[in-house]
Amino acid sequence: MNISSNRHLDQNRAPIHEALEQFRQMRVVPFDVPGHKRGRGNPELTEFLGQQCVGVDVNSMKPLDNLCHPISVIQQAEELAADAFGAAHAFLMVGGTTSSVQSMVLASCKRGDEIILPRNVHRSVINALVLCGAVPVYVNPEVDQRLGISLGMQREQVARAIKEHPNAVAVLVNNPTYYGICSDLRAIVKMAHDAGMLCLADEAHGTHLYFGSGLPVSAMAAGADMAAVSMHKSGGSLTQSSLLLTGPNVHAGYVRQIINLTQTTSASYLLMSSLDISRRNLALRGRKVFRQVADMADYARDEINEIGGYYAFGKELVNGNSVFDFDTTKLSVHTLDIGLAGIEVYDILRDEYDIQIEFGDIGNILAYLSMGDRPQELERLVSALAEIRRRYSTDGTGLLSQEYIDPVVVSSPQEAFYAEKESLPLRESVGRVCSEFVMCYPPGIPILAPGERITSQIIDYIEYARSKGCSMTGPEDEEIRYLNVLK
Amino acid sequence: MELWFSELHTPDVKHSIRVNKHLYSQQSDYQRIDIFETPEFGRVLALDGNVMLTERDEFIYDEMITHVPMSVHQGIKDILVIGAGDGGVVRELTRYDRVEHIDLVEMDPQVVEACRAYLPGNACRMDDCRVHIYFENALKFIRRCENKYDLIIVDSTDPFGPSEGLFTLEFYGNCFNALREDGIMVNQQGSPFYKQDAEAMQRSHKRIVQTFPISKVYQAHIPTYAAGYWLFGFASKKYHPINDLDAEAWKKHNLRTRYYTTQLHAGAFYLPAFLEEMLKEVE
Repeated sequence: MNISSNRHLDQNRAPIHEALEQFRQMRVVPFDVPGHKRGRGNPELTEFLGQQCVGVDVNSMKPLDNLCHPISVIQQAEELAADAFGAAHAFLMVGGTTSSVQSMVLASCKRGDEIILPRNVHRSVINALVLCGAVPVYVNPEVDQRLGISLGMQREQVARAIKEHPNAVAVLVNNPTYYGICSDLRAIVKMAHDAGMLCLADEAHGTHLYFGSGLPVSAMAAGADMAAVSMHKSGGSLTQSSLLLTGPNVHAGYVRQIINLTQTTSASYLLMSSLDISRRNLALRGRKVFRQVADMADYARDEINEIGGYYAFGKELVNGNSVFDFDTTKLSVHTLDIGLAGIEVYDILRDEYDIQIEFGDIGNILAYLSMGDRPQELERLVSALAEIRRRYSTDGTGLLSQEYIDPVVVSSPQEAFYAEKESLPLRESVGRVCSEFVMCYPPGIPILAPGERITSQIIDYIEYARSKGCSMTGPEDEEIRYLNVLK
Repeated sequence: MELWFSELHTPDVKHSIRVNKHLYSQQSDYQRIDIFETPEFGRVLALDGNVMLTERDEFIYDEMITHVPMSVHQGIKDILVIGAGDGGVVRELTRYDRVEHIDLVEMDPQVVEACRAYLPGNACRMDDCRVHIYFENALKFIRRCENKYDLIIVDSTDPFGPSEGLFTLEFYGNCFNALREDGIMVNQQGSPFYKQDAEAMQRSHKRIVQTFPISKVYQAHIPTYAAGYWLFGFASKKYHPINDLDAEAWKKHNLRTRYYTTQLHAGAFYLPAFLEEMLKEVE
């Protein structure tokens, strides 16, 4: 059942945007929050952000609806979003895609429930498990030996996990991974549904899949039950705005309750209007826009591969299973063959060439391409990579390839996070159970999660990543010389 | 009738030229192209509203960006010219018999078309058999070149528009790589006078200094450019712009010039104190 099917939906409309424009004309006298009162009370902020912007930084009120319980313009904006994305319901989210992912998990699992997921999930997924007390069942992703990156989940592995954990409540899939790799989502949805489980999709890197031709299938089209969609990444909306989509078998009212457990009651109209305007843009022009993005990425891949040494990977990785499909708008480049770690290339690009890319890890870099890119900037990126090879390449001595380390889960993330713990120097923590996260950010995929056994291989990896300049986060000790472990 | 073309040199400074007739106005894929007929400066080419050249004073720019390197390095045969779709740089270079090959890489074919039609004084040598024109992104063109040219002339628009990529470390590095072991790169380096221009000039100088062992700046007086005061960069792997100036060899070419002389050549590298200081800051 599509709740919006009985209305005439016009994707040219942007109800929140229109209501804000109208509100601006009405020159309403504010005796409500926010206290800056259209910026008058904070001239320095107004000077910095502009009158246009602070003038619509307003509070929920009748003509503008309320995100906690939408009945007018926000409801209409959500219906339009659901229609544009082919979902039964869409929720506008203002706490980042982290909040979408967490709401999706919290709406599916309760304390003690099992949830099947790939280990290369974003930290927000495991954070949600800390909050609700569900237990992860990891499907270990296959690793591409040359690139050192985790691939998708193989169908057989998912089937085995479902068989071994028949009481699990949901299967979560990255669609796609940060690097653009997709699992066979349609098949996984079917397996999950046949076993009475929900299928959830983390589409933090997949907004454009809903508007692509020649791109991997989107979660809603594949029949998934919920999807966390990072509109602020490829969708073009403001940072921290996001969407949570649900399918026809999910009770939208319950999901709203779950969202309201942790969501602000003062949702930003800057964020919500940006979602509204961006959804309109995607619905009207998304296909053309993402065709251009994919063309630019294809062009850049060819040019980078022509430099020599670098490997900008693409559709050739597709193998029908662990790489069921590849999102060609992603531009990832393997750098180890020029004798530099990805993070080193990332740093040189920023420090020497004034080019900021999304991230660099042990063996790869990822340049994020989107609707805002132009060919002339791509030429700069390619030329800078050619220069880095000429000026900095080494014989590669001492470089490690990224390795997937099988996690040993000893206790649930929640138990480990709240348990009695002590702080130990990194090396002395080997053999103990970690009570906190360790990750490089970005990409934000945990090296260690709460409840996992610490091994010397993991400590080697942490020390190597740190020595190469990866930005490490998670532990209480910010320099990561100590780890909290269970007593 | 009062018809004026105005260019903002800064948000607070405006330079205006009376116009007799607006001859050409087109939006290309990259920029807006206009050509005016004016009583004081003759025909004027403007890109995105910025004066690129006027018939009256283009000789200063085109002579200074070409004859300075040509009189230092007597072996220049293969030349890459980037930008310069109007043809003025090529016109000066083709006056030398020793030049064998000129690749001209211009992003915007419409600029070349418009200049051929309305600025024949500049475009007159674009059909010289030594000149090969490529309509391409310069960064893309040059990263495929290695050890190929004796001279690269970078005749770009300002660093805030479509030419931004020509003021970057990656571009200068690619130029270094495309030059032979005694090659020279000369670029238009903007103006040191107004703040925003001065900062851009410092940034690009810094990047050139990082890339080439010899990097000097020289100046010329160009009435229709911001502050009437313009700089060029001379970056080189081997030749020093003053010590290696061969005035006698240059004079043998018997080229009549209106701005450039071999005496002025040396003088152009003697800079005012404030500019020396600005350059030193980033060296």
